[in-house]
Amino acid sequence: MQIGIPLESLKGETRVAATPRTVAQLIALGHSVVVEAGAGAKSAYPDAEYAAAGASIGDRAEVWAAPVVAKINAPDRDEIDRLPDGGTLVSLIAPARSPELLQQLGTRRLTVLAMDAVPRISRAQALDVLSSMANIAGYRAVIEAANEFGSFFTGQVTAAGKVPPAKVLVAGAGVAGLAAIGTAKSLGAIVRATDARPEVAEQVQSMGGEFLAVQVAQQQVSTDGYAKETSEDFNRAAAELYAAQARDVDIIITTALIPGRPAPRLVTAEMVATMKPGSVVVDMAAANGGNVEGSRPDELVVTANGVKIIGYTDLAGRLPTQASQLYGTNVVNLFKLLTPGKDGEVVVDLDDVVIRGMTVEKDGELLWPPPPVQVSAAPAAAVAVPVVEDPEVRAAREAAAARSANQRRLVLAGLAAVLVVLAVTFSPASFVGAFTVFALAVVVGFYVVGGVSHSLHTPLMAQTNAISGIILVGALLQLGSTNVAVVVMSFIAAVIASINIFGGFLVSYRMLGMFRKEA
Amino acid sequence: MLLFFIQGLYIVAGVLFILSLAGLSKQTTARAGNIAGMVGMALALVATIIHSVFLSATEENRTGWPITLGLIVAVLAIGAAIGTPIARRVEMTQMPELIAAFHSFVGMAAVLVGFNSFAAPEGAGGAVHLVEVALGVLIGAYTFTGSVVAYLKLSARMKSKPLTLPGRNLLNLGAFAAFFALMVWFVLASEENTGLGWVLIIAIALIGFALGFHMVAAIGGGDMPVVVSMLNSYSGWAAVAAGFMLNNNLLIITGSLVGSSGAILSYIMCRAMNRSFISVILGGFGSDGGTVHAAAAVEGEHREIDAAGAAELLWNARSVIITPGYGMAVAKAQYPVADLTAKLRAHGVDVRFGVHPVAGRLPGHMNVLLAEAHVPYDIVLEMDEINDDFADTDVVLVIGANDTVNPAALDDPTSPIAGMPVLEVWKADSVIVFKRSMATGYAGVQNPLFFKENAHMLFGDAKQRVDDILKALG
Repeated sequence: MQIGIPLESLKGETRVAATPRTVAQLIALGHSVVVEAGAGAKSAYPDAEYAAAGASIGDRAEVWAAPVVAKINAPDRDEIDRLPDGGTLVSLIAPARSPELLQQLGTRRLTVLAMDAVPRISRAQALDVLSSMANIAGYRAVIEAANEFGSFFTGQVTAAGKVPPAKVLVAGAGVAGLAAIGTAKSLGAIVRATDARPEVAEQVQSMGGEFLAVQVAQQQVSTDGYAKETSEDFNRAAAELYAAQARDVDIIITTALIPGRPAPRLVTAEMVATMKPGSVVVDMAAANGGNVEGSRPDELVVTANGVKIIGYTDLAGRLPTQASQLYGTNVVNLFKLLTPGKDGEVVVDLDDVVIRGMTVEKDGELLWPPPPVQVSAAPAAAVAVPVVEDPEVRAAREAAAARSANQRRLVLAGLAAVLVVLAVTFSPASFVGAFTVFALAVVVGFYVVGGVSHSLHTPLMAQTNAISGIILVGALLQLGSTNVAVVVMSFIAAVIASINIFGGFLVSYRMLGMFRKEA
Repeated sequence: MLLFFIQGLYIVAGVLFILSLAGLSKQTTARAGNIAGMVGMALALVATIIHSVFLSATEENRTGWPITLGLIVAVLAIGAAIGTPIARRVEMTQMPELIAAFHSFVGMAAVLVGFNSFAAPEGAGGAVHLVEVALGVLIGAYTFTGSVVAYLKLSARMKSKPLTLPGRNLLNLGAFAAFFALMVWFVLASEENTGLGWVLIIAIALIGFALGFHMVAAIGGGDMPVVVSMLNSYSGWAAVAAGFMLNNNLLIITGSLVGSSGAILSYIMCRAMNRSFISVILGGFGSDGGTVHAAAAVEGEHREIDAAGAAELLWNARSVIITPGYGMAVAKAQYPVADLTAKLRAHGVDVRFGVHPVAGRLPGHMNVLLAEAHVPYDIVLEMDEINDDFADTDVVLVIGANDTVNPAALDDPTSPIAGMPVLEVWKADSVIVFKRSMATGYAGVQNPLFFKENAHMLFGDAKQRVDDILKALG
């Protein structure tokens, strides 16, 4: 089937839905491709390269006459009308936020696949443009911030003085946030990040950032891979965290988006007012209402206290060559699903959850919204639920186990006590005194050694070994015997015990002398 | 009067011993603890010498006091003449053997003191005294042969493989039953018939010797740290038994201190290895009836690295953790390792040591070796302190350790070492393993670590290889 790649009509758009490389891949799937003249110019892909890759170059009418059109931005009224009857459109749609667009699409018999409605399951990652664009935008956000920031990101010690590293706070650790963390880190900044989902802490750390957890009792576990709106308690704790960070950091990059809702307000005007002059805030959610109070879409706002708030909404488009290549690859991966036979025949299989999720309209019938898909992005929730007991039940069970263990211990201890009492009752007087000393000394030994540090085990053992040479005392007392055999035996015993004493003490002395603390 | 003076000295000595052990539980007070022990021992000996000489001078049935004093002086002179040079010369790598050998001395002395006490009882005698003699001889004999076997195994004069006789546990149980029967017979018969008494007490000693030999022989060389610590405890109990025989409170106090502290130490170590304390006391643990588990076979490709490559990795790292094991002790690599540490630290690399609780053949063995080589003790950390840091570490050097860094302990429930906490070195960016060959460690388990993608093998003698790295660093 022929795929049309139009020149983007949206003002300021720099990207294109296919590059020469992805054109070749589409052709390999059995399709033919017609590219509008000049479509790739702003992304540095000249028409000649498309032609070399096997595409034909056409004018606007030819491209829009193709049975399948793949583009980036949602179509305008004119473009919808240009599509042939029964045609297929692949583009960003934002179906949840664009009821009017859906209604307009519904007036035509079309099949519409939304590139930004890919369910978040592992298999669909390859065609998820939100991820691929967010990755680029996160990178670019740091570059824009660095561009406006008056100092180094990395700390340096130079002949002209010491430069402290910049401190960067990234709010929201989604794809864009993680990309921003990695980029800022590689520029040498101290990077902190926060997110409503505690399970992303590891991902933040893996990118070299420090995770700042919002301390509240109830934290959400995401079931569909996206962040959700948060509770009131959480918002209060988060606001405190942001307020504290705003005073400290040089750069704030906010990436918090909740699908289908206005962006959450994370940073208030008061917080911005406490930031140092020259600090930079990048609000990546400016298009959807903004995470930062005072940000304006597509503008750079300078506040009264000299803080720059960047609200660019085209961050991905500022890297057009890279963005087009990634978007184009996402499109290719979609067509791999749509043309299972690699024969150029497009099959929209609604039993496939990925396709079902993206399909906004099929043959004139509006199919939005799709049934919800439970995704694997939160394995903790899926796996842990069957294992985790109700905490109360477990507490009760543990308490019961501890109680029965305690009872057993108590019975044993009681039994031992009775035996000791009986044994002492029927013993000679001298034994009683000795036994008292014994019992107390055992307990003392137990407590004295309990806290020994591991590194001292060997010297401690040498020392106790030397001390156990005290048996020499017994042998020495017996040395005075008139019985020759006793004298001989006690002599031997005393000699070996004294070797033990001299050797043991000296050797532990020697060992302890070696331990030294760093000067 | 004099006897009370002696008792007073005994009490002071006992308190000093308690302070000594308490002092040894912390680095800062360890030296003072050692001195307290020496002073306590000196006081105890002075008191005992006065006591013994006083008894000889006043009592009828003893030799004259000059002879007693002469003998005592001779004994101490011989003991000092033998003990001092041993303590001065012993290599720190041989510390486990030395301590095991010393334990055997205490055991033998306890047996002899027991015999003496039977031959010439102090004070009342009677049934209680005879029970004390029998117990003292048994524990002493057990400690003696057990320590000798431990010594032979540690010094590689005896195979470290566990000895497994059929019906091992029944044999031990039978030996205990026999001991009990003999003891009862001994108590009943020996008052009238001294000859029979001698036969019985010697039989009891033989049972103790056999038990000690058998139980320790049944334990593999790799598990020796716990055994040495256990024998330490037994030597204390032997002293306690002697104290009961002789009605000597100092012996009882000191023996109990040593006995209970040794038991606690062993318990701490068992917990570190996730082993049952009871099965260690009974001997032959870690080998359930001698069957070898068919653990999941581990195969794969390992990657080699040369000293120059290792040097480059280390030089460019930000943080390095060194996990030493018995192999470092065998190769005496602690000095070059310390040099390497100093060099890397001077270059700004954060170098630390992670020591597994059972690394080496004695608890704390690695710490002593590193201290000997002047590695500051505040960069030598325990497993629990450092295990979380491996993920942030660039390079881990595994020097002569194997089972203590084996991921199978966590991953493979069929592994013989399953459940033992290990140093999670594989979480670091890269791991360099110093090893003689691809052979297995003491537990006889193959180590999947060697086949992990971030692991590199550096074959050869650990000391030689660390020297090579030092040379490569220039």
